[in-house]
Amino acid sequence: MVVWTDAERAAITGIFSKLNCDVVGPNALARCLIVYPWTQRYFAKFGNLYNAAAIMGNPMVAAHGKVVLRGLDKALKNMDDIKKAYTQLSELHSEKLHVDPDNFKLLADCITIVVAGQMGSAFTAEIQAAWQKFLAVVVSALCRQYY
Amino acid sequence: MLSKYEKELLVTIWDKAADHAEEIGAESLLRMFACFPKTKTYFAHLDISPQSEHLRSHGKKIILAVVEGAKNISTLTTTLAPLSALHAYQLKIHPTNFKLLSHCILVTLACRMKDEFTPVAHAALDKFLSALAAVLAEKYR
Repeated sequence: MVVWTDAERAAITGIFSKLNCDVVGPNALARCLIVYPWTQRYFAKFGNLYNAAAIMGNPMVAAHGKVVLRGLDKALKNMDDIKKAYTQLSELHSEKLHVDPDNFKLLADCITIVVAGQMGSAFTAEIQAAWQKFLAVVVSALCRQYY
Repeated sequence: MLSKYEKELLVTIWDKAADHAEEIGAESLLRMFACFPKTKTYFAHLDISPQSEHLRSHGKKIILAVVEGAKNISTLTTTLAPLSALHAYQLKIHPTNFKLLSHCILVTLACRMKDEFTPVAHAALDKFLSALAAVLAEKYR
């Protein structure tokens, strides 16, 4: 059972309230595909991923980035039992999409960096710590249905 | 692998960062201690509270070493040989921790550089810091 302090809850909901989700999702996914190119293996159907400019301008990447952020929002709305809320998502990633779960952390790191870039100095060490804890729980929940 | 363009980009970024080595270093360390408390175990002998003299001087040392590495990317192994020896034979820091500090350096830079921290810059920096960490861990065994 994950225990959230009041400060952690406030930090995480605070971040979501400041985020432009339509920008963060696409930006973070594009970054992941650029910085860790092996993650492109899961997006073979997305067309032109040839270079950074192509990835950043790719509409399918952008659309999927928004899907990912909506998934994060689901975790936010179910903070006290993310494991349960993510059961189907985890099965999807394992059974249908066959994603190596080590890659979840890479996308999580990219999301953190995009959030940092948006918030600047408001993204303090304490707020980062709460955010990283949240993403670690999300990643762990996504990994649960892998056998 | 770093392209010629990426190496030049890294020199530009770290040249600018060198002027703020102390703040960037201290902030990166602080973020690492907050997010990954186990990393504090290596600093039991220092005062690592925010704004402490130890934190600032140690942060500065780290960033200036990174700056030196950026200026000598093709000869990282020889340039950083003394630091490799230090980390292997004296400090004996578990190598997974290098990734944690690298990540926090990236976050610190992202907060400061904002839009200038483009995906291309991010990729170059991530590759560079990984290469640096590999050199530091080279002599471990």
